[in-house]
Amino acid sequence: MGANSLYGPLDPAPDAGYVDAPPRMGFFTDTSVCIGCKACEVACKEWNGVPDDGFNLLGHSYDNTGGLSANSWRAVAFIEQPAVVPAGPVDALAEAAAGRSDALAEAGCGGAGTTREPEFLGMPGTDLPGRTPDAPRTDFRWLMMSNVCKHCTHAGCLDVCPTGALFRTEFGTVVVQEDVCNGCGYCIPACPYGVIDQRKDDGRAWKCTLCYDRIGDGLTPACAQACPTQSIQYGELDELRARAAERVEKLKDQGARLYGHDPDDGVGGDGAFFLLLDEPEVYGLPPDPIVATRDLPAMWKRAGLAGLAMAAAVAVSFLGGRR
Amino acid sequence: MKDRPMVPRADFRSYYGRPIVRPAVWHHDIAAYLFTGGLAAGSAMLAAGGDATGRPALRRAGRVTALGALVASTYFLVNDLGRPERFHHMLRVAKPTSPMSMGTWILSGFGAFAGAAAVAEAAPLLPRPLGRLLGPVGTAGQYAAAVTAPALATYTAVLLADTATPSWHAAYPELPFVFAGSALASGAGVGLIAAPPRESAPARRMAVLGAAMELYGAHRVETSKGILSEPYTQGRPGKLLRAGRTLTALGTAGALLGRRSRVVSALSGAALLAASLATRFGIFEGGIASAEDPKYTVVPQRERLAQRQQQHKQG
Repeated sequence: MGANSLYGPLDPAPDAGYVDAPPRMGFFTDTSVCIGCKACEVACKEWNGVPDDGFNLLGHSYDNTGGLSANSWRAVAFIEQPAVVPAGPVDALAEAAAGRSDALAEAGCGGAGTTREPEFLGMPGTDLPGRTPDAPRTDFRWLMMSNVCKHCTHAGCLDVCPTGALFRTEFGTVVVQEDVCNGCGYCIPACPYGVIDQRKDDGRAWKCTLCYDRIGDGLTPACAQACPTQSIQYGELDELRARAAERVEKLKDQGARLYGHDPDDGVGGDGAFFLLLDEPEVYGLPPDPIVATRDLPAMWKRAGLAGLAMAAAVAVSFLGGRR
Repeated sequence: MKDRPMVPRADFRSYYGRPIVRPAVWHHDIAAYLFTGGLAAGSAMLAAGGDATGRPALRRAGRVTALGALVASTYFLVNDLGRPERFHHMLRVAKPTSPMSMGTWILSGFGAFAGAAAVAEAAPLLPRPLGRLLGPVGTAGQYAAAVTAPALATYTAVLLADTATPSWHAAYPELPFVFAGSALASGAGVGLIAAPPRESAPARRMAVLGAAMELYGAHRVETSKGILSEPYTQGRPGKLLRAGRTLTALGTAGALLGRRSRVVSALSGAALLAASLATRFGIFEGGIASAEDPKYTVVPQRERLAQRQQQHKQG
């Protein structure tokens, strides 16, 4: 075990004993371009043979999946928020002509607008019909995020699994072996993101495998392959992190922030990380997750102390008098 | 800038109020196991103490209860599995980062020792050569079980605390003391029920010391964890923990004051056993409640972030 085996920055595959491990692979999910099509959910189910999750109306905007579970390894969150649109309509085409390539994205997300007066160029606009500078309309923004297992550097589920069913792959991902899992359920409360779950009629624990059976053959995971907007990007984690740093810099005026990208966070960084447009908890993500195993040495110490106290109590009880 | 203590934010944001971490899917089998595992440990220690100081009633009751509680524990643990027929997969690995794996080996070792000790109680009924052989084996098993017992009684606290379940994890410094105290008190309860007054003095002292540990630990868990203490004081978990405290107080008082009466002693013992059961269920359910409400995940993590930002600014 290395110094950071329980906590801190680490390359997980070599730490798990792989010699000449391939680069760590992961997902970068850029929610700013997610359109909520749920192609990722469908592709995941089709490729992995994941059963349905019930057909419920949850009343949570367009989310009837209700988050990740044993039967949903990708789940798209939908959040409808009131958003004040800029005073003037943004003419994306004019903006584009002026060399601002981000105008489209900005117009769609209700971010910083332009102070320039609009000029009618006789072209179809991208703005809502009837909206004029003197009669702005309140609008809402729609946040969408395709959630997935984070494939943590320090994975709580993997740490606590008592059978060895959960294991670290050579790609640094975390996978359950269904022929080994005996359904003890310990991984489920151990996950700081609430991802892994027990399949009720089956008894075992299930979650995203980052398509272990595809990536080993050089294929892209099913969800990323199906994503029509490249909101889900798959690749070498180092490359994804660099790409994400650039992207967040571009979108920082719109409140963009990265989540799970930092190797110094409570789980040593996620193999699957996100660009978000609001606080993590708005999407159902924990704002500051830590892997419980970080405190395991301290926990055993306290247990040892309590055990010694117990032995001392029995000794005192029996060494006392007859009364 | 003035330094002000962090005030917990009353409001917090969430995704349609849905839980963030997932509550344990364990059934009440596991809560029951927390009790029977502790009872097995407390009884094994009672048996060893009783045998070492020439108190046969304590030895016999301790050995038999330890085995009974162990059999019940095994049943609860296997029954709670999603795939009970695969229980032996637990024995594929020994994994220090998994308290459940460590617990499996602790329980297996304890089971062998306590089993030998309990079977040896039947020695007088067996043909002589076999009975003669069994005696020393039982004694060895009894002491080995007593040495293993503190690990059996306290690892379950680490098992619960080593999760993202907010109120279990936050309680990790004191939870082992609650469980150790509860195990001692339940073992003492067995002694109070089974032993005549002339043998039961150590059980009474064990009851007092166990109760003190349990009450201290539970008090800390219920008061010192900020918002994460809340789930232990409200609803069913709150009721269970209050019932546990009352029964512990009654049982301890009865153990001290009723030392001449077999009936009062036995009732006190029963109260201590019931107290241990209620406390275990209270702790179990309190943790589950903390995982079901996103408040207990978001608010403490936001506080932690705010503190870190403040330190960053100052540092």
